[in-house]
Amino acid sequence: STLDQSFSLFSGIFIKYTLRQQYSKEFGDISIVRKVPVMKDGGFILTESTAILEYLTQKYSGSVADHWFPADLQQRARVNEYFSWQHMNLRAHCSKVFLLRVRVPIVMDAEIPKETMDFALENVKQSLNLLEEKFLQSKPFILGDKISVADVVAVVEIIQPIGTGFDGFEGRPKLIAWRDRVKKELGEKLFEEAHEALMKSSNMPQKLKNSSSFAQLKPILQKLFR
Amino acid sequence: MALELYLDLFSQPCRSVYIFAKKNNISFDFKKLSLLDGQQYGEDFGKISLIRKVPALRDGDFCLAESVAIMLYLAEKFKTPDFWYPADLRQRARVNEYLSWQHTAIRMHGSKIFWLRVRSPSLICVGAVRLVMSYRHHVLAVLEYPFLSAWRDRVQEAVGKELFDEAHQYILGAQESVKSMDSSKMQVYKPKILRLFM
Repeated sequence: STLDQSFSLFSGIFIKYTLRQQYSKEFGDISIVRKVPVMKDGGFILTESTAILEYLTQKYSGSVADHWFPADLQQRARVNEYFSWQHMNLRAHCSKVFLLRVRVPIVMDAEIPKETMDFALENVKQSLNLLEEKFLQSKPFILGDKISVADVVAVVEIIQPIGTGFDGFEGRPKLIAWRDRVKKELGEKLFEEAHEALMKSSNMPQKLKNSSSFAQLKPILQKLFR
Repeated sequence: MALELYLDLFSQPCRSVYIFAKKNNISFDFKKLSLLDGQQYGEDFGKISLIRKVPALRDGDFCLAESVAIMLYLAEKFKTPDFWYPADLRQRARVNEYLSWQHTAIRMHGSKIFWLRVRSPSLICVGAVRLVMSYRHHVLAVLEYPFLSAWRDRVQEAVGKELFDEAHQYILGAQESVKSMDSSKMQVYKPKILRLFM
């Protein structure tokens, strides 16, 4: 598939990160923002996944099919619109549920208040509703007949909290069908490989607590949840 | 049909779009929308944007939400000078990087402080909160960040003082206009404020 081709052209160095590594001096030298993903292409360092995605499709435009990030004015606008919206919506809301379930009880030494969780779940519901009603409607993919980077960016966010016991697809046949189409386009193997680490997140709280750097990291993480 | 931009100049992303379009002499129908009056929840606006936020664009039968997407659409459609959104691979990537990051960084915090200072006077300890006006792309804290202040001046100069001031007149007068605001209209914001700050 064209996606396989573009990955083979890109000789990436996959660095396996555990919780503490983004705070290391080495990573700080690469990215002061201290977040992942980060791309290093020769001397050029780039953060922000959506920027990286556009960079890759533009750089490898010769081999990456147009439908991933169309050149057409209106189609491209739709990708940009989705990229922009999802930060504070689907992404923020699904991440919140994930973080609440995985990190908060360990880091804050407290149970999640029911009200907080209910509010977080309501937000996810609103975002999923908009994904279905505004972005997908009755189309096979967000942009229409073909898959694009928007679908990839969307699907990974919904999957994020699944390992913690929250399945955003449940009760949404339209989204399930879309997810299956996305999975088929990307290839089951690649899809599974990308999500392997995440699916083991149910034991993450324990792993976190047992890690040697937990005492050091706890105050940093606590700040995130205040 | 002329290009339509649905804007409330109280909103930072609306100001970006406004400044960008005006600076590049892109003619548009200014569709004023009052967020305070809840006009984004009207049936008509729902046909423009289900997201129910401003800014929004309508170009013929093409409707678009999200200020970043709108500005990039305008830049491409009207072939604005390259420096606004460079075609060069790496320079474009830098702009995209910033546009992506700013959603969850400056904007969110700037907005919170705006709400605290202007829309919820009863929650403020006036002396403790320095006034931070959240402009698009940057936060202005004049006395404490001289570097940002100098940058703000450069942006203002490049855009043109007249256009810059015009776009910001509503927001800079926000504290004054709060005094004459109908407090019953604010009730719709109560749940949001409670969630954000309590």
